[in-house]
Amino acid sequence: MKHESVEINAGLLIVLTLTVISIGGLVEIVPLFHIKDTVEEVKGVRPYTPLEQRGRDLYIREGCYACHSQMIRPFRDEFLRYGHYSLAAESKYDHPFQWGSKRTGPDVARLGNKYSDQWHTEHLVKPQALVPESIMPAYPWLLKNDLKYDDIENRMRALKATGVPYSLTADEYQANVTNFGQAMADKLHIPNAKATLEAEAKGRNWDGDKDRITEMDAMVAYLQMLGTLVDFKKYDQGYFASFR
Amino acid sequence: MALSSDKKPGQVETTGHVWDGDLREYNNPLPRWWLWTFYATIVFAVVYWIMYPAWPVFKTFTPGMASLTIEQDGKEVQVPWNSRNLFIQEMQSSPAAVRQREFTEKVSNASFEQIIADPNMLAFARSMGAGLFGDNCAACHGQGGQGNLPSYPSLADNEWLWGGSFEMISKDLQNGLKGNMPAFPSVKGEALTDLANYVLSMSGLEVDAASASRGKAGFAMCAACHGVDGKGNPMLGAPNLTDMAWSNLDMMGAQNVDAKRKMVEHVVTNGIQREMPGFSNRLTPVEIKMLTVYVHELSGGQ
Repeated sequence: MKHESVEINAGLLIVLTLTVISIGGLVEIVPLFHIKDTVEEVKGVRPYTPLEQRGRDLYIREGCYACHSQMIRPFRDEFLRYGHYSLAAESKYDHPFQWGSKRTGPDVARLGNKYSDQWHTEHLVKPQALVPESIMPAYPWLLKNDLKYDDIENRMRALKATGVPYSLTADEYQANVTNFGQAMADKLHIPNAKATLEAEAKGRNWDGDKDRITEMDAMVAYLQMLGTLVDFKKYDQGYFASFR
Repeated sequence: MALSSDKKPGQVETTGHVWDGDLREYNNPLPRWWLWTFYATIVFAVVYWIMYPAWPVFKTFTPGMASLTIEQDGKEVQVPWNSRNLFIQEMQSSPAAVRQREFTEKVSNASFEQIIADPNMLAFARSMGAGLFGDNCAACHGQGGQGNLPSYPSLADNEWLWGGSFEMISKDLQNGLKGNMPAFPSVKGEALTDLANYVLSMSGLEVDAASASRGKAGFAMCAACHGVDGKGNPMLGAPNLTDMAWSNLDMMGAQNVDAKRKMVEHVVTNGIQREMPGFSNRLTPVEIKMLTVYVHELSGGQ
């Protein structure tokens, strides 16, 4: 076939262009779906509980990702400031993930348990009250708004469709008991979701008011578990390097 | 370089396409420097594929031939080049890491008293402590440790709710703290006013003397934690009420004695719950040690 016939025939040009781009794309992307070697095998990583997942939705709704990444890179300076670098396994249940390098605010990948619940609540209501030099905007409505969670089961079903192991059937529940323990499996069971969320919100004094379930409860619950699932004291650095 | 407009037809080859009967397209060669740069990038890519992790292959990938030397179990070993092994190498042997390790090892083996006595170790612990404080403590206690009342006490005054010795500061940094004063909603009306006045009088404030003396009896229930003389108890984190430090209340912000009294009444009625997280999972023992020295130094310590 002469090159000229491709150039003067728009239909053929489109078909051939799409073919070339598709091959390029498939060669780059498809093998990544099959690489198992790069996701670390670590204990402790689990899906988000209903309250945490609602908090994560709010995190995305409020656009926190625009200023805060959740990805600590393997550099000494980042290690000293933020802690151990992030593992692929740690975000395997994240949809969408919150990686990135845009840091107007600090990275929050290991924010969990660093500050008190009270601090998070006060800080989100008015950051400058605690950190005068902060340029973070205030999110006072999180404390005012009641948390909407009547659709939590559907949210979990949607995540389940992407591969997050929330359970619907007895078999799936049993698998979760094996993988995550009885207490966590109960929380990951979709039919229990509403009751689980209510118990989580009232079981700890997230926002200073145990009786009311606010958006702040969910947000603080999410922030307080970030990066806390893997116990890095159990692994040596060489182990993680073997997955690269 | 000749512009194509300077050229006459026939001097440069055309692509052979003809539009509208006489429009032709010159087939000018690419500038040589550009073409050779392009070939060089191709060669670079091939070398890169061979040297570094590159191609996905079924369930694994080509790890590349480049290697790094790191220390493992006391021996030097060769490992494949990748960002994580590079990180291990950086942690082990980057100039900054080596220089710091010299001091962290010294600090790690020294007692608090030895660190304070040695100007080099002290300077190192101070500057490392300042960084650690900024990353971990300043969000609550302020950049200079000035605190943020009512919830986050000052670390820069010399009043220590939970004890200000090196050992106590170090223990609290590791395990965190839970401060809890129970609420006394049953104390109401005049009894509450009298009690609050008595508490204020302990630190020498001018209050209604008659009311304060009536409140003294009510203080018996407070004495369990704050002591009969109101001097507090660092084992329980119960503050000294006689020293005017007011680690829980923004007394300096109060307009007058009435406003100060209302603050005390509020605490009696509602109690106080405060929490500081522990840092033993986040910081290494030597980091805790240097941070302890820094926090101790903020106010002189005990």
